[in-house]
Amino acid sequence: METESLVRLLREHPFLQGLSEEHLQTLASCAANVRFEAGQWVLREGEEARRFYLLRSGRIAIEVYVPGRGPVPMQTIGEGEVLGWSWLVLPYRWHFDARAMQLTRAISLDAECLRARSEQDHELGYELLKRFVPVILQRLQAARLQLLDVYRANG
Amino acid sequence: MVPILFHVEQVRRETADTLTLTLKPAEGGTTLRFTPGQFNMLYRLGLGEVPISISGDPSRPDRLVHTLRAVGTVTKGLASLRPGEAVGVRGPFGAGWPMEAARGKDVVVVAGGIGLAPLRPAIYHLLARRHDYGRVVLLYGARTPGDLLYRRELERWRGRFDVDVLVTVDRGDAGWRGHVGVVTTLFTRAFFDADDCVAMVCGPEVMMRFTVAELKARGIPDDRIYLSMERNMKCALGFCGHCQFGPVFVCKDGPVFRYDRIKAFFGKREI
Ligand SMILES: Cc1cc2nc3c(=O)[nH]c(=O)nc-3n(C[C@H](O)[C@H](O)[C@H](O)COP(=O)(O)OP(=O)(O)OC[C@H]3O[C@@H](n4cnc5c(N)ncnc54)[C@H](O)[C@@H]3O)c2cc1C
Ligand code: FES
Repeated sequence: METESLVRLLREHPFLQGLSEEHLQTLASCAANVRFEAGQWVLREGEEARRFYLLRSGRIAIEVYVPGRGPVPMQTIGEGEVLGWSWLVLPYRWHFDARAMQLTRAISLDAECLRARSEQDHELGYELLKRFVPVILQRLQAARLQLLDVYRANG
Repeated sequence: MVPILFHVEQVRRETADTLTLTLKPAEGGTTLRFTPGQFNMLYRLGLGEVPISISGDPSRPDRLVHTLRAVGTVTKGLASLRPGEAVGVRGPFGAGWPMEAARGKDVVVVAGGIGLAPLRPAIYHLLARRHDYGRVVLLYGARTPGDLLYRRELERWRGRFDVDVLVTVDRGDAGWRGHVGVVTTLFTRAFFDADDCVAMVCGPEVMMRFTVAELKARGIPDDRIYLSMERNMKCALGFCGHCQFGPVFVCKDGPVFRYDRIKAFFGKREI
């Protein structure tokens, strides 16, 4: 895919709102357009976290495999959202499985490429972290609320 | 105020522990007009009386509808009622949803669990007068797919082009193709004008706390957020003090409150 159209897709994605043209160009050099068919694995627990995804359409379930119960979906994410931050933190391994629930289009960003660019350009790294931290916090809070099981009777 | 006698016309099972009762006045009795968000005191003869929101259509007062979850003595007694059996009804009580104040604005309805029941009359009202409102968004979260209330109706509403219905469950199962995650995670997919909108929220208090935080983060001011509060009741008339919540009485000042009026004590321990 042409860099130009990748830059456009990146610019349009809510996660990257406000990012400078220069940084969008840098990201585009680490990016690729991808699609997942319904049921296809996007990432698997324990595998190396080599990339993250900006979702453009569709829906992905983040799952944990529980012996005896099978895959248990923890959260679903969709259009405009971001999948994966294990690439940011050593040892760069996925903690969950993720699977497309329907045809899903995304931009995949190569982790090694981005880490290298961020080492050279700390401002880019900072811009990325500023966007990832709120997402991580939001997911942490959602997970805590889920843990409280607020809808249980006599809770 | 003495209870008026009603008869059970229909019992409809919603989930494993929740059902919807349709009541009609006993011979010669009158229908009860109500506004969305109001509740009745339902009296199960011989067992006692509990507050239950009206979950039916306000334009059909001939059918008095309540959705209840069997949690204790009285609600279990009510849940065991059969068609034809008698129930005492006092009401309707309380201040309901701000249907007037919301006119001309976007409306965000956020429901958790059985909290959809008191909001359903508001949804009926919004859909019946669709042109009077801006965007209408319903965000509904339940524990599991099996705990979703009014499933057929949700599907029907979702099929309309003039209302956004987003449903999520805390725990999915193998057959569930929809969203998984707490109700606040739906906000990233909800579109409304935060500067010109009213939010109506009902669910467990913890869920409402998190929802209010999310609504505020989206820029909705405190005086555009409305919550329905639950407190134990006895008289439902503002006499006994059972339902006191800070300086207000849930039975007569609520159950629906504007958030800026209760925020000083909302979420505080032991109130
Ligand atoms: C304004 C208002 C509107 C209400 N609307 C509805 C409604 O539409 N549908 C509905 O099902 N309920 C509704 N309720 C809650 C309902 O009144 C209570 O569930 C009921 O009073 C419980 O009485 P009980 O005798 O069955 O249980 P109790 O014997 O009093 O209690 C049994 C157990 O259930 C727990 N419990 C009591 N209330 C609740 C509750 N609300 N949620 C979870 N656990 C509880 C108690 O802590 C106890 O452990 C409403 C309450 C208020 C104040
Ligand atoms: S229930 Fe008696 S004052 Fe509210």
